[in-house]
Order: sequence, then structure tokens, then C-alpha cells
Amino acid sequence: MFWRKKSKEDGSPQVQEVELPKRNLTKSIKSIFSRIKFDLEDLGSLEDVLIQADFGVDAAEEIVQELTSIAKKQGLSTEADLKNALKDLLIAKISRTDSALNLDSDQSPNVILVVGVNGAGKTTTIGKLAHYLVSGGAKLTLGAADTFRAAAVEQLATWATRSNAELVGPRTEGQDPAAVAYEAVEAGISNQSDIVIIDTAGRLQNKQGLMDELGKIRRSIEKQAPINEVLLVLDATTGQNALSQAKAFTEVSNVTGIVLTKLDGSAKGGIVYAIQQQLDIPVKLIGVGEGIDDFGFFEPSEFVLGLLGESE
Amino acid sequence: MFGNLSDRLVETFKNLRSKGKLTASDIDATLREIRRALLEADVALEVVKNFIAAVRERALGDEVSKALNPAQQVVQIVQEELVTILGGSQRQLQFAKNPPTVIMLAGLQGSGKTTLAGKLAKWLKDQNQTPLLVACDLQRPNAVNQLQVIGERVGVPVFAPEEGNGKGNPVAVAKDAIKFAKQKQYSVVLIDTAGRLGIDEEMMQQAKDIRKATEPDEVLFVIDSMIGQDAVNVAKAFEDGVGIDGVVLTKLDGDARGGAALSVAQVTGKPIIFASTGEGVDAFEPFYPDRMASRILDMGDILTLIEQAQKSFDEAEAKAMAEKMAKDAFTLEDFLEQMQQLRKMGSLKSMLGMMPGAGKLKSQLENFDEKEIDRTEAIILSMTPKERKDPKILNGSRRLRIAKGSGMTVTDVNGLVNRFEQAAKIMKTMAKGGNPGIPGMPQGMGAMPRPQAKKDKNKKKAKSGNPAKRAAEISGIQLPKDEGSGSAFGL
Repeated sequence: MFWRKKSKEDGSPQVQEVELPKRNLTKSIKSIFSRIKFDLEDLGSLEDVLIQADFGVDAAEEIVQELTSIAKKQGLSTEADLKNALKDLLIAKISRTDSALNLDSDQSPNVILVVGVNGAGKTTTIGKLAHYLVSGGAKLTLGAADTFRAAAVEQLATWATRSNAELVGPRTEGQDPAAVAYEAVEAGISNQSDIVIIDTAGRLQNKQGLMDELGKIRRSIEKQAPINEVLLVLDATTGQNALSQAKAFTEVSNVTGIVLTKLDGSAKGGIVYAIQQQLDIPVKLIGVGEGIDDFGFFEPSEFVLGLLGESE
Repeated sequence: MFGNLSDRLVETFKNLRSKGKLTASDIDATLREIRRALLEADVALEVVKNFIAAVRERALGDEVSKALNPAQQVVQIVQEELVTILGGSQRQLQFAKNPPTVIMLAGLQGSGKTTLAGKLAKWLKDQNQTPLLVACDLQRPNAVNQLQVIGERVGVPVFAPEEGNGKGNPVAVAKDAIKFAKQKQYSVVLIDTAGRLGIDEEMMQQAKDIRKATEPDEVLFVIDSMIGQDAVNVAKAFEDGVGIDGVVLTKLDGDARGGAALSVAQVTGKPIIFASTGEGVDAFEPFYPDRMASRILDMGDILTLIEQAQKSFDEAEAKAMAEKMAKDAFTLEDFLEQMQQLRKMGSLKSMLGMMPGAGKLKSQLENFDEKEIDRTEAIILSMTPKERKDPKILNGSRRLRIAKGSGMTVTDVNGLVNRFEQAAKIMKTMAKGGNPGIPGMPQGMGAMPRPQAKKDKNKKKAKSGNPAKRAAEISGIQLPKDEGSGSAFGL
């Protein structure tokens, strides 16, 4: 991924490429497939392993069924063949053409709205993303519209300092988050930011009032600038509830991409499979730690190879 | 997507009529659905497997209660076993004999430790303790700051000598905090620590060091109720790495089914002490194993309902009733009796509220008039026994007398008689068709709206003889179950 920025002198596009931190995801995602045997007669253990990776019962059954029918059609029977077929199947299912961030260097500012439940890692994600984009030559403004959680604004402010981004926070304590978001975009326009990222308070998706508030935040931003990305931050340790989160947040805020955080833990994040299948939302970014460089772009093949325990 | 467990069990037992001893295949069919429900609730697979095996064994050996059909029987065993695991070792927070009591919070990033620390501090303060919050999360940007703000909100002092953001030694802070608390005579020391991954050896060692330095009376493991299959790994890692004494389940105000609770309780054998249910400083309560069990199964309070049905209905009486209905000998007296039996189960509103999926009906339930039953009762009680047995003899003057006696109008009396006649017809049909609902609960009453569904198609204006049913019609309630399918729960 790179950030394309117009050079000031002649207006010709100048491409700034930022090397992403090297992340060996295949190491991060500890394989759970390595301990099972692939046997066409008994794929029950494969189903179990998929369930344990949080794919969910339905998806696990579906994958096993598809693998069985592919194996029969192609006459696959060795363990290596089956494993390969599974790899191809999974990669094909979660690969997307639209997994890059939808940013346009001709647009000023690009707006990214970050949403999610409490504790998913929104603020940390914004900190890392801001640092990355600033390193790529973009001018950033961060909007601290989480006016609810104690010290959330200060937390974002720390990240803003670390990443050299401007910060727009509430002028008074507990100011309406929609107003803060509005003012952040306003500031982004007047200070000629390339990108404005809006942080929002964590909210559980079954809290109607808070979800309505999110709709309001979105609308207040759109009064000034179109939103390029609405990123839903999902904790990879989350189980089947992630599906309900993705549905509810998409309904109110039109989610365009998912950030899968905490992939450096022992969780596998298999629920993103079901989310992509059912809701058709691409995973765009991953978080693999608390450090400023601990993130990367989601690579389906890397993700799958990690699960299967095959480094490349 | 599948519906909730009760819907699926209904499906499983659609054709099941058997009563008495459970067969292995009955049990397995039910257990398959329960396995799925538990997995969908994020109970860890290994825990599910052990659990299902235990339930199966018990179900095969168990005496079958007369009042339950096989599905209900298995579900009840499941519920009991769930409660046993979830609450087997339930207990209160332990206080030290010699203050200060030291409580240490540990868990993954974002599980809700800092927020919980504030709530716990407030709760302790309300119990006349003098808590001290200690900021040992020196990792996350502004975690110290967050704790200070929370401390201020709940009026509890915060020990925070280090500003954090990656600076300072949490072990030293924890140690100093204990010294400070002893000097200043705080009764409880609440140590907030940084979020850490179970597989991060360095951070786990740090947590172990904090534990060693402070010798806490309680190490509370804080876990997000939305966590998936990884709950077992995380719980094991914290149990082995730090050692935990109790569990706090957070974000229970969300809509996650919270199967992690079962995984953690099973894997660690440690009690779940508190549930955290919101962002407010008071959103915090003791953990209730039975509520959690129902939540994991996504069954509403259907089990309570089964229990009440068991208590309220007399098997023999019900059998006689069913026979009467089949023979067309159903009288207004029986009608009244049924209504009184129904009453024993408690208010209709709360009964409907207990049904899974009935949450959506709440607003409509508000319009439901319980008095309707009183009025019907009054009218029937104003009749002579002969009239109740044979409503056909009700001529104009009898009807006027009844209306006066019950304080109602003749129109009301006419309406009731008409509805009764229709209901009796429907019930007769239903009784002949047979239906394995809650045994002893004649379908016309037991499955309140169900028979209506059949008739409604050609009689749009027909009003039900059952006041509950009629009220439901009037207020436009669509009860969630399909018609006459032989619900496993008779609901």
C-alpha cells in the first residue's frame, strides 16, 4: 500500500511508498491444523478445528462439505492434496479485490470513521494507522469523538503526538460526539489535511440509543465531506457475536471494511470468514500488538497459510 | 441462520409422541441441537464435548418425570448441569482478616479491567470499605489517566506515582501501593494491571511478579463475555501464568450469549464472582448461574415456564379434560376451570414475557388486558350450574340476569357464549388431532393462540373464546410459534 500525494511544484503525482513493517503472520497465527490428520473418510476433526478457530458451526460444516465434494470430483485422497485443496478453497473464499483502503489523493480531506464495540482496539488502531499514513507523507487530523470513556481523548492525543497528527477534541467535557466529529472534519478542511480519522466511543451493538448516535455522527461528517471508509474494529478473540456486531454496525454506519485486531494472541479470528461470506465486507487491516508498527494489511493467503501452519 | 434453541428443538420433536422412558435416539437428537446451541454461544469445543457426554449419561439413566416430554426432560438436565458448572463453586468476594484486602485484576487487552476497577471501587465504598485504586497499567497510553478520572468519578483515591505510557515499573508501584495503604489504613487495595496476552511470556511474568510482590487475597480474571473459542486457552494461560481466584465476566449488557463463562468455569474450576453489565459505575452485579445458563442456551426463561407448568397441571385432571373435549362434552364450567388453572401459572403477561423470542412483543403485551379474564370469570360465575353445563338453554331473560349479576352487558354475555362455542369446536378438532404439548395442558388453553391460526384464514372477524387469545387478537399479537406443530414445550 502506498499513499499517492501530489507534488506541490508541478502537480504531477508523486508516489510515496511506505514499507509496511514486516509481519510474519504465519508465525503470529499459531496453526491448529498441524495436529490433525486429513482423511477424506473422516473430516470430523477438520470440522472441529475450524470450530475451534471461531469459524462457527455453520461455516465449518459448509467448508467440510465443499472440501469433500472437491476431493471427490478431483479424485484427491492424499493428505497433502486435501490440505492444498483446503488452502485454495479458503483463500478463494476470503480473497477480495477491494481490500485496499479507499483513499484518493485528489480528495481533500479523505475521511475515515472508526467504529466498534468497547475494548476492540479502535484508538490503538487509529494511532498505528495515523503513524503509517503520516510516514507516507500525508497530513492527518484525528478527531477524538469518544467523549464518553474516561481519558479516551487523552489516549488519542498521545497517539497524535507520537504520529505527528493534528488532534481535534471536545471543547467541553462530554460534548456531543457528532459535534466533535463535525469540527474535526471542519478543521481538516481548513488545515488542508489529506486524511481525517474520527475515533468514536465503543458501543455494544444492541444499545439502540448509542447506535443512533453513531448514525448521527456519520451524518454530521457527511455534511462537510464524503466518508471514504467506515472501519469496524473487531477483536480477533471475539466469537460468534462478531457477526452480530458486523450486522448492526453496517446497518447504522455502512461499514466498508474490517480491522481485525489482537491477532498476535492465541485467537484465530475465524469469524471473519463468516462475516465475509454473509455480509460481504472485506477485511482491510490487522492489528498484531500494541506497538506503533504492529499492524499490517490483511493478506488472505498469509492468513490461511498461517492457519494451516505452512509458512512460505 | 437458525432460530434459537427452543425453535430448533420444536423442529426436532415435531413428530415425537413418545412419553415415558427416553430412548437413546431421542436423547441424541436433542443433544445434537444442544451441542450446536452451545457452540453458537461460543462455549469451547472441548468443554461442549465433555458436557454433552455427561448430560447424555445422566439422561439415559434418569427417571422420567410424568409431566415432561423427552425434549423438556433433556433440556432440564442440560440446564441443571449448566448451573452446576457455572455456580458449583459460587462464592462471595474474600476479605483479608488483617486489612488491607488486596485485589488484583488481570486479563486480556480490552476486556474491561479499568472500567471494572472503578465499579468495584464504588461497590466496595458503598459497603463501607475504604478502597484504594492502584494504577499498574503503565503500558496503554493514558490508562493511568483513565483510572484517575474514574477514581474521581466514584470518589475513590488513586495511587498513581507513575504517569505510564510505557514508563515506570508496575511491580514497584504495586509494592509501594501496599505500603501506602497500610500506612493510610485503606481497607482494600484494588490493583489495575495492563492488558496482556496469555502467550506473552514477558508480560505474564510481570503479572506473576506483581502477584508475588503484593500477595493478593483475590486475583480476579476479567474476561469479555464476547470472547470465542480462545477463552479456554486464555483462561488456562492466566491460571497457569498468574494463578486466579475468581472470574469477572464483562460486557454482559451486550447480546453475546456468553458461552465463555462455561468454558472458563469448567477449565479453571474457579468461581465467577461478578458480572459487569454496562459502562455506568453502578452497572455491576453478582453473578447468577441460572440466568447465565438460560442465556447460553438462548431459551428465555422457558425452563421456569416448564417448571410452573409442571406444578400447575394435574395429569389426571388434564386427561379427563382432553377426553371431554374429544367427546364434545366441553362445558363452560370446564372452560372456567381451565382458566383458573392457567391463572395458577402466574400473570399471562409475565408468562408471555418468559417465552423466547417474545421480547419483540413487549410493547404489544403492554396493551394486553388481564382484566379480560376477570370479566369472563364473572360472567360464567353468574350462571347457574345447569347453564354452565348446557349453554344452549341460555335464553334472553337468562342472559339479562347473568349480565346484571356479573355487572356486564347482555352483549358481553352473548359475545362470551359465541366465543365459547367456537372455541369448543376448535378444541374438539385439536383434541382429536392429538398434540404432544405440555402434557396436561389442553391445547385450546395451553397453546393459546395456536388453534386460532387455523380458523383465522376464513373467519377474519372470529373472536376467540379464550380471553387471552382474544386479547391477543385484539391487540394484534402474533405469537411466535407456528400452528399446531407439536411444540416440544407446548408453547
